[in-house]
Amino acid sequence: MNTMCRCFVIVLLTLVFVVFSSAPFSKEATSMAEDPAMEKTVNEISSELRCLVCQNQTIADSHAELAVDLKNQVRDMVREGQSQDEIVDYMVQRYGDFVRYRPAMKPSTILLWAGPFLLLLIGLTVLIVNLRKRSKMVADDAPLSDDESDRLNSLLHAEDKNKKMKESHS
Amino acid sequence: MLRYIVPLVVFLGVAAFLLKGLDLNPREVPSPFIDKPAPAFTLPKLHEPASTFSNQNMLGKVWLLNVWASWCVACRSEHPLLVQLSRANLVPIYGLNYKDAPSDAKNWLRELGNPYVASLSDQKGNVGIDYGVYGVPETFVIDKQGIIRHKVIGPVTPAALDNCVLPLIEKLQKASAQTVVTRKEVEGCA
Repeated sequence: MNTMCRCFVIVLLTLVFVVFSSAPFSKEATSMAEDPAMEKTVNEISSELRCLVCQNQTIADSHAELAVDLKNQVRDMVREGQSQDEIVDYMVQRYGDFVRYRPAMKPSTILLWAGPFLLLLIGLTVLIVNLRKRSKMVADDAPLSDDESDRLNSLLHAEDKNKKMKESHS
Repeated sequence: MLRYIVPLVVFLGVAAFLLKGLDLNPREVPSPFIDKPAPAFTLPKLHEPASTFSNQNMLGKVWLLNVWASWCVACRSEHPLLVQLSRANLVPIYGLNYKDAPSDAKNWLRELGNPYVASLSDQKGNVGIDYGVYGVPETFVIDKQGIIRHKVIGPVTPAALDNCVLPLIEKLQKASAQTVVTRKEVEGCA
């Protein structure tokens, strides 16, 4: 009986949650339907702009209030016929370079853009230099001299003898 | 020897950057408006909706523009400090009531005290966008020429007020029309 009760409460809570959480979604759909082509442009531009409240999302992805406001601003500007560059510039003027989801290419961001390739280049250089060094070391290995091979043989034999002695003991 | 020193140096370099990174606040986006003219706006006053306020009227005065809203929790914690500051009569504080219902805003001020010479209703948040507001509260320090000299993001703390905002205001108030005072001249603003 007790578990039945608990189940009922959970179902009830879920229902309440579903009803309340779906409310905002129904509100959003109205602005989307207006003009699909324009909405696509708005979405494209919005995906280039960072939401400053939830910083790792674009304003296209975010449901934060500011993101919705900025998306509306973008929509107004698209409706007025402004280009993507003009709109992004408008946002950068107000929110700084940080609002660009993809950093602009300029002197202060060169390291950011070129950095990974620079690291790759350094890595490759180190790798190539090391490989060359190693193959040179292998090539440099001269064959053993007579003395050396005699010594090697005697050492190997000594080991064989040791092994045999141990085996006989056990 | 070199094979130990090189990794050590690389490690120390990375560690130094990471250590510095611990101190940085990613939420604090540097404002592109510092040392730029404050965007012009004209808005109705919260308490007298029939009359408007334009920031052009403030030329010749150093003033604070504090962005606030009754729905903003951090504004509530900042508020006593603003009330205290307004009592000290050092600088006029204007409020930008951001995306708020006027009735809620008025109740809020009645309850917590009103530090503002006037609050300006920005119900749609357009002026907020023009000022690059992305979190409430934010506070702008604007000089006699109407140039933004500093922006506090988030609640103004007593430390920020004493070390940066007040010294900066004092310098800006003393400056003549020809001299340029930036926040770099106040150590605490760095």
